[in-house]
Amino acid sequence: MSDLFKGYKGPALELLKKFNIRVWSDAAVKTTRGDFRGIVLPRSENDDDRHIVLKLATGYNVGIDAGTVSGMEELGYKEAHYKIPEKEFPVSREKKNVKLLGTGGTIASRLDYKTGAVIPAFSPGELYGAVPELADIANLTTKKLFGIFSEDMGPKQYIPLAEACKAAIEEGYAGIVIGHGTDTLHHTAGILSFMVPKPPIPIVLVGSQRSSDRPSSDAALNLMNAVFTAAHSPIAEVMVCMFGPTSDQFDLLHRGTRVRKMHSSYRSTFRTIGDRPLATVNTKEVVTLTADFNPRREDRTVTINTAFEERVTLLYYYPNLNQDMVEAVIEKGYKGLIIAGTGLGHVNRNLFPVFRRAVESGMHIYMTVQTLWGYVHMNVYDTGRYLLDLGIIPCENMLPEVAYMKLCWALGQSKDREEVRRIMLTPIAGEITLREAYDGYIVMQAGLPEVDEFLTKHLL
Amino acid sequence: MKISFDPQLNHESSRKRVGWTPRRETRAEAYSALGFKCGLEIHQQLLTDKKLFCHCPAGRYHDHDDYDAEIVRHMRPTLSELGEYDGTALMEFKTRKVVIYRIKNETTCTYEIDDTPPFLLNRQAMEIAIEAALLLQCNIVGELHITRKQYLDGSIPTGFQRTGILGIEGEIPLARKKVRIIQVSVEEDACREVSDAGHVRVYSTDRLGMPLMEMVTYPDMLTPDEAAEAAHYLRFLARSTGKVRTGIGAAREDVNVSVAGGTRVEIKGVAHIAWIPELVHNEAFRQKALLEIRDELRRRIPDPADWKVGTRELDLEALNGRHPLLREARKNRLRLLAVNLPGFRGILSFFTQPGKTFADEIAGRLKVIACLEKPNMLHSEPVEAAPDEALFQEVRQVLPAKDEDAQLLFWAADDDVKTALETIEERCRLAFQGVPNETRKGLPDGTTLFERVLPGPDRMYPDTDSAPIPIEEELIERLRAGMPVGVSRRFAQFREWRVPQDAFAFLLKHNLAPLIERIHVDFQAEPRFVATLLAHDLKHLLGRKRSSQRVPSGEASFQFDRLHGLFAFLKKEGLEREIARAMLPVLLEHPNIDFQSLLTTVGFRKLGKKEIMAPLPILKKKYQKIATSKDPAAAGRWIAGQLRPAALGNLPLRDLAAQIGKGGAA
Repeated sequence: MSDLFKGYKGPALELLKKFNIRVWSDAAVKTTRGDFRGIVLPRSENDDDRHIVLKLATGYNVGIDAGTVSGMEELGYKEAHYKIPEKEFPVSREKKNVKLLGTGGTIASRLDYKTGAVIPAFSPGELYGAVPELADIANLTTKKLFGIFSEDMGPKQYIPLAEACKAAIEEGYAGIVIGHGTDTLHHTAGILSFMVPKPPIPIVLVGSQRSSDRPSSDAALNLMNAVFTAAHSPIAEVMVCMFGPTSDQFDLLHRGTRVRKMHSSYRSTFRTIGDRPLATVNTKEVVTLTADFNPRREDRTVTINTAFEERVTLLYYYPNLNQDMVEAVIEKGYKGLIIAGTGLGHVNRNLFPVFRRAVESGMHIYMTVQTLWGYVHMNVYDTGRYLLDLGIIPCENMLPEVAYMKLCWALGQSKDREEVRRIMLTPIAGEITLREAYDGYIVMQAGLPEVDEFLTKHLL
Repeated sequence: MKISFDPQLNHESSRKRVGWTPRRETRAEAYSALGFKCGLEIHQQLLTDKKLFCHCPAGRYHDHDDYDAEIVRHMRPTLSELGEYDGTALMEFKTRKVVIYRIKNETTCTYEIDDTPPFLLNRQAMEIAIEAALLLQCNIVGELHITRKQYLDGSIPTGFQRTGILGIEGEIPLARKKVRIIQVSVEEDACREVSDAGHVRVYSTDRLGMPLMEMVTYPDMLTPDEAAEAAHYLRFLARSTGKVRTGIGAAREDVNVSVAGGTRVEIKGVAHIAWIPELVHNEAFRQKALLEIRDELRRRIPDPADWKVGTRELDLEALNGRHPLLREARKNRLRLLAVNLPGFRGILSFFTQPGKTFADEIAGRLKVIACLEKPNMLHSEPVEAAPDEALFQEVRQVLPAKDEDAQLLFWAADDDVKTALETIEERCRLAFQGVPNETRKGLPDGTTLFERVLPGPDRMYPDTDSAPIPIEEELIERLRAGMPVGVSRRFAQFREWRVPQDAFAFLLKHNLAPLIERIHVDFQAEPRFVATLLAHDLKHLLGRKRSSQRVPSGEASFQFDRLHGLFAFLKKEGLEREIARAMLPVLLEHPNIDFQSLLTTVGFRKLGKKEIMAPLPILKKKYQKIATSKDPAAAGRWIAGQLRPAALGNLPLRDLAAQIGKGGAA
């Protein structure tokens, strides 16, 4: 079977077959560049078809050009087993019970030989083998819901996830942790905030920016902080728990509707936009940064609402955006559209006619700002007023991705214009704030003496 | 029954038992009797503009206190590709170190601090390393795979070094044997350590990520001198490419040592090749000592599985004042523990290295693994000072202990006690097995300190952030075509040029053969003359300059290429080469001087043969008056000496003697 030759194809595969060499063979290879010996490793499917990968006795991998090989001989066979030591999780009555739901992503991952990449594959139960400190924090029960990349998350996952949260709440857990890839972590946080409103316990989404297969990973600390938050946080909301600074110091708890991934690779990539984060957490305590939160309750009352309309889209406006884009959305029968407009919530006048047609076709159109910080103010300029007249509704300071999730959720419940408008503009989980404090907008600029001084003293 | 025990005497007799002698008095046969074997790993920085995996400048350093920000990290062990935890990884995890990185904007970006994945590998670095692999006659790989090699000491913020093999199975010819090469790789350099005390280790990140190549030999060197010879050879070979960095820290050697019955121990980061022989000599005997200790323990305790330490916590309050270290411990609110090592009497004071005993093996691990700063223990067998008999009498009673036991006391914060106890017990248990796999730090006095448990191949796994890079035949051919002459060929070339033997090292160290070749080809200067001008005159002048200016050794500040200019000038002006010797000291003082001014400075005047020889009759007469020697040639020599300054540059000096012989007639 091809499994004997994992990932190999073309000339490299032919060569392995010719000399009867399997993956995991300890092989001696004769080439025009000299002799090599090592274990034949699987080949990443995205790599070329000309090379064979050997793991040398020194532990290094090298590739051998199939075109240079004159002979191969199998001297032995050693199949790798990759397993975190799995231990039974110690349970004690003094500790709170926390439910860990696994969705995949880099908080629970391992190396994959086929792709040469990190894939979600650890069962959440194995996490304890990797992070034994968890046993000091809470009694952990785990459940693997899915094993997918963050970018593959969608409504098919949101609904069972909300249902699993409800079940865990009703089963009496002190808190819920959800392991999740980071790319769309804030999308999931947004939709869960609507599907599971006013939970009595914390629902903490956590991921990692450096995969857990590496020594410098932020996964362990994030997980410990998330479990601590689930067990002890006074805040009972859907939150994201990720690094505050890039240093291994503390995590920030971000409100699920105000959080956004702001850097492609930094550890401290998640930032609260337009407000303060809810709290800091450092495995020993949660320090709240605001008094404005939904407090933990003893009762187990929760009503979930998993309505979701999939035919909604998000349009990022740019100069020269062609009306064809909107035409296509109308033609394909989309029910809702979020615009991420410029400035206070604007688009080019040339688009007015097509937007009019869209509204007339029954589409629900809402405006957000691509500046991310600040409110939509469509009364300031004529353009805005005109858009209002067209029936495009401003979303205050809702983040574009959050507005998108909320519109999916609202249209899942009703298609009535007024009802949808009422749902959209009634804050449920902090997605719209009535005021914006001066410290809601902090984007520091390097080079200024005071900023440099701060960075030197207080880390990055 | 009370038997008196003298640690000093025991130390002396154990040294004799081990057979340690100073290196100078140790003959080659002694090493073969030990079964001594030694291998090298040479780390050489490559001369590139940028770092290996990002676009930060390479080769720029800052003072340790000059930084813009600090970042804090911890390291956790992970599984390797083949599914095992690495031993070092577990040890480092036990140490629970907080690692602080000092970063400076100019030399560190988000890649080094592991907040950005690697950019494409620096091709310049890869090609230099392939060139070296070709010079070492290695088999070049078909595809470079970047591998992650775990380092949990924090010296690299990712917790691993990105490294990749370019060639395997080469060889180098030494004077009397061939030494085989295991591999040549290209890898990123680590941080520089600023400090390491207690649970905090501080690093600076300027050097981090600079391209290195690593050349690894088989353990084919059978004496300390061979190890140094091979190190020199590899250093010369690297320099012969002209594309490696020189100066302090640009090349660092790791030396692997084992003796028969021992294990591979790696001495890390030896900064000077000159240190290698002494370090490996002492390491060989340290291993012999540990084998003697093993035999002694096995004789005393046939079943080591039964062996267990005894422990009692002591009251620091009650013991306060008994010893300055205990007073210090009480002040710091530490706990005090007494440990009994059954059957270990005579082991703690057993010789291991000059001035060191087995107790130092334990103390070294306590410092590194349990983070207890030295001095971190007191024990019943100190060699330097008399033991505190009264104190240890008390300790023996409390534990309780027998006469054949040894005891130690240590003090530690609550969090560190458990690790410290495990560390002590583990090191003593390892004594029953012989020589533990360790990496050790070489000190200038030729002894070594425990650094880490030696990592195995289990710490390697593929770098999932980078794709493999094919090494095409065309690239190899192109590099082969531009390759420098190999070091062994250089030796042959020097002999052909009749360069004196004592000049070889300097010429190879600074890779001057190509310069000599160029001067020879461009200006027809005799290679032997240019070689001695460099390796005798210039070397001497550089040495004098360094000692007067206290310039650190290792780096020549002189731009050797200036000599090419000098010979060009001599050729253009039609000057004889000997004047170069006179011009050299001034050139060294004023490297940018123009050559015409330089000529004036040394007092040169353009003279014809007639003018030079004009004083000959007067000089001959003068010599008659002052002559003391009966040697007929003496007159010629004296006169040549008088005429030399004027002749220098105008007339080949050997012609001068002929002219004098002919009486100055043209």
